[in-house]
Amino acid sequence: MIKRRQSIFLIAGVFLVLGLRNVRADTAHVAVAANFTDTARELAQVFRNNTGHEAVLSFGASGQFYAQIREGAPFEVFLSADDSRPKKLVDDNFGIADEEFTYAVGKLVLWSRKSGLSLNEETLKKGDFSKIAIANPVAAPYGAAAVEVMKALGVYAELLPKIVQGNSIAQTFQFVNTDNAELGFIALSQIPNRKEGSWWIVPAKYYKVIHQDAVLLKSGAKNNAARAFMVFLRSSVARTIIQKSGYATDEIASRNR
Amino acid sequence: MNQVFSSELWRPIELSIALAFITTALLLFFGTPLAWWLARSNVWWKEAVATLVAMPLVLPPTVLGFYLLIALGPNGPGGSIAGLWGGRTLAFSFPGLVIGSLLYSMPFVVQPIRNAFEAIGDRPLEVAATLRATPWQSFWRVAAPSARSGFLTGAILGFAHTLGEFGVVLMIGGNIPDQTRVLSIAIFDYVETSQWALAHMLAAGMVVFAFIVIFTMMIIEKNVSGARE
Repeated sequence: MIKRRQSIFLIAGVFLVLGLRNVRADTAHVAVAANFTDTARELAQVFRNNTGHEAVLSFGASGQFYAQIREGAPFEVFLSADDSRPKKLVDDNFGIADEEFTYAVGKLVLWSRKSGLSLNEETLKKGDFSKIAIANPVAAPYGAAAVEVMKALGVYAELLPKIVQGNSIAQTFQFVNTDNAELGFIALSQIPNRKEGSWWIVPAKYYKVIHQDAVLLKSGAKNNAARAFMVFLRSSVARTIIQKSGYATDEIASRNR
Repeated sequence: MNQVFSSELWRPIELSIALAFITTALLLFFGTPLAWWLARSNVWWKEAVATLVAMPLVLPPTVLGFYLLIALGPNGPGGSIAGLWGGRTLAFSFPGLVIGSLLYSMPFVVQPIRNAFEAIGDRPLEVAATLRATPWQSFWRVAAPSARSGFLTGAILGFAHTLGEFGVVLMIGGNIPDQTRVLSIAIFDYVETSQWALAHMLAAGMVVFAFIVIFTMMIIEKNVSGARE
């Protein structure tokens, strides 16, 4: 008896919540690669102020979103941490070719929560630490880049037993931030206030450049907010925010023609 | 190729079984006195202890995972314990997963054993005492045998639940092969990275396993209630 009454309340509650959520009409659901979390939040706020449209953000590993989008996840825009997944989505008819472009170029850093350390190639070669965190290299491009760096320096085999994998670059950050791992490869944009701890911006020669591409998904073709978001992402306002957050944007223009 | 395939699949399975086995054994060892106390004691605050034991049933694994990550880390007690053998943290390690699993699976082991002890009632133990059995003897000769279905249920549930653990391990594990990359994490990983053939194999195996476990439980329940009548 009680159970039935409870379930009626529950169902009523669910409908209420769903109803409230649908009040706003122009909303774009954006899947955001975890490294871009803070930047995307800032962008979404400016986007709302400028256009009145709402960008609802979800954060996770690019590989995870890629698999979910192929299975019909309800996103209209995908901001990946690489360029191969958005291109593949276009090839396989999930994304729109004209609306696929690089929105940021990622910078990989080796980060520690301790201040005043001088981190560099030698840090990795010496291996004087017990754990180093990277993102899952198969699912997250920054994880793949981290592996490339260690391989380029010829220390991958030695460091392998010390590597712990975060499920996304956000979890990797958190492993280092809780000090469970002394070091971690994360995105420059993730360092809190861009001043906490010590870091080394890994020279670009050690890893393939991280082109982060955005793509408008087929499901968003007729969504005003989604289309507007893609335009906004290329605007100089957005570009300034992205640059300020720790990404390169200068070579984007030439790349996107 | 085939060999790579199978070892890739088998290692998480072995790890999960080892974790579940160790967790269940430890929980039976430490959980039995606790269950006994919960069943027999008359102190007013025992239900508060019972509540603490049962809390993982309600708490999201993320709550447990979050606290464990801090507690196991260099600034928590886990870090001091790891320091005994020169480590920094118990996170990202098999012992860390065992600690997490002990907390997470405890209610599944303690509750059935406590219920079984309570079902015995006072009478058989009073009779044993009249026959000059020591408390130790009456526990082993009277209480434990009568509660064996409770032990069996607890062991099976504890084992199965540890095998199915995901959220806690995801948060404190770090996905390390042979140490923290358990079955559920491996499946998640395969799904996330679009390796669906492997995901299918492991997932189908888990479905079959879950069926067997629940089916076995039902048979045991039926036999026990049949035997009582």
